[in-house]
Amino acid sequence: MKITKDEVMHVAKLARLNLDDNAVELYTKQLGDILTYMETLNRVDTENVPSTSHATFIDSAFREDEVKASIPPEEALANAPQSEDGSFVVPKVIG
Amino acid sequence: MDLCRLTIHEAHELLMKGEITSMELTSAVFDRIEEVEDRVGAYITLVRERAMTDAANADKVIMRGQGGALTGIPLAIKDVLCAEGIPTTCGSKMLGNFIPPYNSTVVDKFGEANAVIVGKTNMDEFAMGSSTEHSAFKPTRNPWDLTRIPGGSSGGSAAAVAADECIAAIGTDTGGSIRQPACHCGVVGIKPTYGRVSRFGLVAFASSLDQIGPVTKDVTDSAILMNAMCGYDPNDSTSVPRDVPDYTEALQTGLKGLVVGIPEEYFAEGLNEEVAQAVDSAIEVIEGLGATRQPVSLPHTEYAVAVYYLIAPAEASSNLARYDGVRYGFRESGADELIQMYRDTRSKGFGSEVQRRIIIGTYALSAGYYDAYYKKASQVRTLIMQDFTQAFETCDVLLAPVAPTPAFELGEKLEDPLAMYLSDIFTLPPSLAGIAGMSVPCGFSGEGLPIGLQILCKHFDEEKLIRVAYNFEQATDFHTKKPNL
Repeated sequence: MKITKDEVMHVAKLARLNLDDNAVELYTKQLGDILTYMETLNRVDTENVPSTSHATFIDSAFREDEVKASIPPEEALANAPQSEDGSFVVPKVIG
Repeated sequence: MDLCRLTIHEAHELLMKGEITSMELTSAVFDRIEEVEDRVGAYITLVRERAMTDAANADKVIMRGQGGALTGIPLAIKDVLCAEGIPTTCGSKMLGNFIPPYNSTVVDKFGEANAVIVGKTNMDEFAMGSSTEHSAFKPTRNPWDLTRIPGGSSGGSAAAVAADECIAAIGTDTGGSIRQPACHCGVVGIKPTYGRVSRFGLVAFASSLDQIGPVTKDVTDSAILMNAMCGYDPNDSTSVPRDVPDYTEALQTGLKGLVVGIPEEYFAEGLNEEVAQAVDSAIEVIEGLGATRQPVSLPHTEYAVAVYYLIAPAEASSNLARYDGVRYGFRESGADELIQMYRDTRSKGFGSEVQRRIIIGTYALSAGYYDAYYKKASQVRTLIMQDFTQAFETCDVLLAPVAPTPAFELGEKLEDPLAMYLSDIFTLPPSLAGIAGMSVPCGFSGEGLPIGLQILCKHFDEEKLIRVAYNFEQATDFHTKKPNL
């Protein structure tokens, strides 16, 4: 088995996902198959091959630091599930 | 005359001559939608009232003699691009109630051109999928055979174009999501070079791969939309400051002197016989038009699926971390503590394919596995890019299939994610290399399903794609066929 149920549950926790027992079972099997397939990459010699993280031709995109108009607070909050007094409201953070 | 069947350039000509109005054209498109949409399911959101207002305005612009190539033309936009005031769901419950307070740059450009937005098209959730079955709302059906998938993730856009539910559409392509549905629906699609089109206002999936492009009824229309969409945007730091040519100048007859490369790895075992035959015949037609054929090898092709399905989920797991039920989108209520609220929201808001990819991506990036998976994939990506660089030293374009088979049945690969991933084998390598690719109709299977030819070029050489595609199109009649809906 390429990946264990415990690993799937650990990764789900890192990714802030709840998985029920059926989902853990299913994902463990499917991810096992997928990761086994990924092992084909081990056939490729990548010693001294640089990594590519972006297929772009720009190293850094610089611009002047100028103040520009931005979305007004009420519009920025319009899509929030819960807001109050110009702020986003969330459940308590510290117990 | 059935106005909904017109192309952009045909409609433009009639609009300019005053023979039709944008109001009439837009009404014809909505009539067509009423007629076929319950069978096709191409749209998530339709904005008829707003479209008719835009059409009336466009007619005034045309009356003043100020109409451009897109003025008054009804377009469909994939529901991954923000349009101010129109719900932008990404095919997800997570953004089911999201109404963007701003326009994506592409939508802005269409607004400036006085184009008419018909609605937002269906897609696999967060653009993750090859069949549009992963939409949280409904599947889209292939207009050529309603039991088949339209391809994905821009399946709604391709189906809407094929079914004449718009004049043209916009899609996005991360690993084939424009080219593959265009292929399966018998229409034209371009994935431009990475950096060619601004992605400001595009909901991010895999940031080193995502690109926006046209889905159209013919090649001329794709050149017209490229003219309108491409160019540098200070709001997108990955857009490239580089002049945009007039792509319609590439619509010229003749392919003399052009070298077309045929990558042997794209014609290997597993390629459907009918697809192989249609693509072979297309290559012969292109040779007959004056191009020279040259065999080439892209030896790392077989690794593209593994590389892509590590890199894209890794980037997605990071990009989708923003959906936490705080600032916008869905929140699952009930949790009395923040972390639990995040977990409840994300588990209820994301569908199974998105959760699967978040888990793969998080795993590939996690401590202890980063080198074995993400880093290894990033290195093999370099080798895939080098394959293309070498091929383009001797070839102007490459010709290949788009998909290994014609459109598969709805449900056929839904339970087997790896089988679904493997169907992307021919569109993933160009995406990883950041080069441009195009799909043009090149035949039909015995069952009457469309087959597409994929044309690839080096970075920022889209004029060559358009030139080859245009000449092929003029020499054949596949693009004139319509599904019998």
